[in-house]
Amino acid sequence: MKEFINWMADPIRSFPVVTLLYYLMMRYYRIVGTKKFAYISLAVLLPVVVWFCTDPNFVAIILWPDNIPINIIIVLIAWLTWYSLYRCAQNDERLEQGLTPIEATPENREKVWTWPNLVYVELMCMIGTTIFLVVWAIIFKAPLEEPANPTWAPNPAKAPWYFLGLQEMLVYFDPWMAGVVLPGLIVVGLLAVPYIDTNPKGNGYFTIAERKMAMWFFMFGWLVLWIYLIIVGTFLRGPNWTFYGPFEFWDFHKVVAEYNVNLSEFVWVKWLNMPMPHNMIVREFLGIILTAVYVVVLPPLSATTKWGKKLIGDMGKVRYYIFIFLLLGMTSLPIKMVLRWLFSLKYIIALPELELSL
Amino acid sequence: MSGKGFADKVRETQVWKSIFRHGPPNNARNRAAVIAGNVFLHLHPIKLKKSGVQLGYTWCMGGLTFFIFLALTVTGLLLMFYYRPTAEYAYNDIIALKEHVPLGIMREIHRWGAHAMVITVWLHMFRVFMTGSYKPPREFNWGVGVILLVLTLLLSFTGYLLPWDQLAIWAITVGSNMAKATPFLGHGGPGAALAQIGDFVMVSDKNDVRFQLLAGRFVGEPALLRFYILHCVFIPLVVGTLIAVHFWRVRKDGGISAPL
Ligand code: HEM
Repeated sequence: MKEFINWMADPIRSFPVVTLLYYLMMRYYRIVGTKKFAYISLAVLLPVVVWFCTDPNFVAIILWPDNIPINIIIVLIAWLTWYSLYRCAQNDERLEQGLTPIEATPENREKVWTWPNLVYVELMCMIGTTIFLVVWAIIFKAPLEEPANPTWAPNPAKAPWYFLGLQEMLVYFDPWMAGVVLPGLIVVGLLAVPYIDTNPKGNGYFTIAERKMAMWFFMFGWLVLWIYLIIVGTFLRGPNWTFYGPFEFWDFHKVVAEYNVNLSEFVWVKWLNMPMPHNMIVREFLGIILTAVYVVVLPPLSATTKWGKKLIGDMGKVRYYIFIFLLLGMTSLPIKMVLRWLFSLKYIIALPELELSL
Repeated sequence: MSGKGFADKVRETQVWKSIFRHGPPNNARNRAAVIAGNVFLHLHPIKLKKSGVQLGYTWCMGGLTFFIFLALTVTGLLLMFYYRPTAEYAYNDIIALKEHVPLGIMREIHRWGAHAMVITVWLHMFRVFMTGSYKPPREFNWGVGVILLVLTLLLSFTGYLLPWDQLAIWAITVGSNMAKATPFLGHGGPGAALAQIGDFVMVSDKNDVRFQLLAGRFVGEPALLRFYILHCVFIPLVVGTLIAVHFWRVRKDGGISAPL
């Protein structure tokens, strides 16, 4: 059983599984967002977690002090995601019946005094957080390792946990993409959200039915591409950034035979049976064409589809192209992952001469 | 006895009245006065919609982010009394803190609090998205929020280096190596090789963005000083200012969002 879980946890398998779970969750949010579902999944998950915790390797990794925040965030996100779906399901049900969202009932629109209502809630939150932090601080001492030694690197050398999603992307992309371009796109994309999402509905209340597209894209990026990758980077990557299952001991000698091939090598060596050309542009022509198609041809092409036309009608051309461009940036990650797993593809374009590999 | 309790008598003293300026907040006039008359509480409106008070709506995540930021400012200030940002002292000062301050948990609170702030700021953004609160008229405030999110991460990241242990310098090495790959601006990034005139290399490891960040070609003492100042002075000031803007805009944009 443990062997099986170790085997399943490898991103090759767990990424599709997580994506599928994500799809089911969003598709059937009316079912997921019920109290009954929550109780049943708690009843199923708790014993599983307890059983997981009987394994020393698993306990060692989750109790490492700097990993505690991730345990906390996993629990909070699971709970708050469920809670959001619950609120959305409730509101969408009401909207279907022609009622207002719960947030708009006369009772909730009524104005109340800040003192004592809000001040009291805030005080309770502050006291709760203070107790929580103090208990956390008493139980877990802040770690301090050996003094800094620039000549000896620990293995694995990990960034702080909130950047491990980015470090995990380094498996699939070079640093200029994983460390600069993609994070840049995330920030720009977030800044652009209110200007791209022109749907006036769903402002100030929980709903999925009235803003399906925004929800589906955002939640995928947030839960699957960001949080899931952080979990992988933290718990499942050991020395040399090799994959280790949750019950596996971090053995420094685990060797993983991995041999990845560039697209240009596929083209020239495997398919055409020719030596690699000297001119780098000729060598990489297919990758360059494919990338150009992806970035330059796909957006206008998508604009001619029914979906694209409708969106352009709603939001106008400028917004549409910015949106598609950001979307392509986001999907480049799962695309590269899948290509790696299916074909051991290393780079679509490999131009080490220019430090420009994709 | 005149029938008044001790508390009532205290409330009638000149000292009490000079501090609070109004009677107990049990009627409309005084409830307004207590919010408007207090510099901290006046961040709030005097009345607000019931949905905005409910934990189920705001999750109080923005408020908690701010509270944790304040807690970090206080504990951080206390830590500064014990810490010197040089390669010679930094690590030993942290050890000394552990050994000489009995029952001390300031470092713990500061470290775990920093993690907690990253968590709450993410969850705050999650909530704001789920309730669609970035939609007009709150687009700009969402933008201010995104910048705050980035700065929160940078604040945490710069602080990570200060203990000057193996964890610290190597985590920062991994992180700052990314800067090396910045297109055109990092010496290992795409485009840098083009910026060369004859033998003259314009972007090298001695002047690229990573060099500017670390004040050197690797994580050494100059980087420690740079990160220390960013962490203790510069970023907190910017974050504090932006939080003020953020709160002001929450009020000006019509308070906590609710269905139109
Ligand atoms: C240091 C970081 C931050 C602090 C201290 C902070 C604080 C707050 C507070 C106290 C509120 C009042 C409502 C609430 O508590 O939910 C609020 C509202 C808001 N925040 Fe933040 N915030 C921060 C970061 C962010 C981020 C990262 C975003 C989004 C990307 C954001 C976007 C907003 C928006 C749009 C509102 C208005 C919400 C509404 O009206 O329902 N903030 N913020």
